[in-house]
Amino acid sequence: MTNAIAVRPQGAMRLHGRSIMAFVLAPTAPITDWLRELDKRTGTSPAFFVGRPIILDLQALTLEETQIGELITQLGERGVRVMALEGIDADQLGASLPPVLKRGRPSAGDALLSASSSHNGVATARPPRRQEPSSLLIDSPIRSGQSVIFPNGDVTVLGPVASGAEVVAGGSIHIYGALRGRAMAGSMGNARARIFCSKNEAELISIDGYYRTAEEMDASLRSRPTQCWLENRVLAIAALD
Amino acid sequence: MAKVLVVTSGKGGVGKTTTTAALGAALAQAGQKVAVVDFDVGLRNLDLVMGAERRVVFDLVNVIQGTAKLSQALIRDKRLETLWLLPASQTRDKDALTEEGVASVIQELRGRFDWVICDSPAGIERGATLAMRFADTAVIVTNPEVSSVRDSDRIIGLLDSKTEKAEKGQRIDKHVLITRYDAQRAARGEMLNIEDVLEILSTPLLGIIPESEDVLRASNVGSPVTISNATSAPARAYLDAARRLKGDDVPMNIPSERKGLFDKLFGRRAA
Repeated sequence: MTNAIAVRPQGAMRLHGRSIMAFVLAPTAPITDWLRELDKRTGTSPAFFVGRPIILDLQALTLEETQIGELITQLGERGVRVMALEGIDADQLGASLPPVLKRGRPSAGDALLSASSSHNGVATARPPRRQEPSSLLIDSPIRSGQSVIFPNGDVTVLGPVASGAEVVAGGSIHIYGALRGRAMAGSMGNARARIFCSKNEAELISIDGYYRTAEEMDASLRSRPTQCWLENRVLAIAALD
Repeated sequence: MAKVLVVTSGKGGVGKTTTTAALGAALAQAGQKVAVVDFDVGLRNLDLVMGAERRVVFDLVNVIQGTAKLSQALIRDKRLETLWLLPASQTRDKDALTEEGVASVIQELRGRFDWVICDSPAGIERGATLAMRFADTAVIVTNPEVSSVRDSDRIIGLLDSKTEKAEKGQRIDKHVLITRYDAQRAARGEMLNIEDVLEILSTPLLGIIPESEDVLRASNVGSPVTISNATSAPARAYLDAARRLKGDDVPMNIPSERKGLFDKLFGRRAA
């Protein structure tokens, strides 16, 4: 018989994950030449950049803050909307510039902006060639400060998740050990994801953005094997023993 | 084959330098050729604990930058002839360490010694990551209290990701050394007990060093505690730990203070 303890929904703060594929433009010096190249190619595909979020990779250049702003303006005049920056130290930049991204990963699709005019200017993203795995198995402890992010599906951990560590999964999270850190399931908007652990000492749990901290969890559930799920947008936690 | 051992913790003030000196001296007393290396550039302490602070001419940064040869920087211990110290610089800071420089110094030390013990600074930045980078074995010094345990866990995660061995897919041997253990306070629940610490860290135990005034006394006279007072409880615990490092099977126990008759009569802890 499960002892479900449903708790009143907290305030409306939700944490959502979103995964999008953005294209990276990596200008090279001298910038005037690079811009000319860009014009030559977008000339034949004028609609290429419409609606596409672009990340500007500044690694190959050394620019002052005003020069970066100028470059972004120049790109804007060509219909390129810069969403974020990469390859530069965030500390040097003021708040008027787009944010600096740190943890982007190369993505399976890419696009070709061809110089030949025989193309009709529509970029086709090549579909990922191999089947992405839909579950992740980790058979060692997750140490403090480590972050496991797996949007594609379930995550199973054979070992404890330390205080100060986090597991973020698109699917469910199964921890065969003590959960002392954070577990965030259903991160891509999956309200049916669940969290299971052998020993609940979690700092924070979240399913589909609805979260609860240790402070708000019932004390009778601490140190017990538990499962967590979402019922009518309310986090329910029950002991498994 | 020389072994490079890093003594690290994450948290500051838990006993890394004390442990480096004590283990280094214990291994040297057992006949091994040992070099202890201070990686805490800018805040060096190993030279004080070893009693060598008045003999420092050249240091690790000088060797890395080519200003001095390794043999000029190494300081021999006056008490144990197979124990040597490579001090850190006090006037520079950790940015003066380069990965290539550290690699080259460690390689040269490997050629001359049986054990190279690296005394890591606290933290998780450059000094700490360079101290652990070329290690074969790690001793994670932990006090039985919550902040120290969490920081040790972080460091264990870094040992499994930021060392050369980990990057090559090999395992680095890790051991937890619990220091400043006070059995009475643990019994009262004021400190974590050994099982709790080991359960959280999931790493084998090298030894348990009890809290003791002998440690402070030893560092004030500039002597590793295993030399200054070899029969004291912490010294005996360090000697056992050194034997375990060499591979001996030593049963784990928590040394208690040896009470003399005088202290028993007056109920004080042994001096």
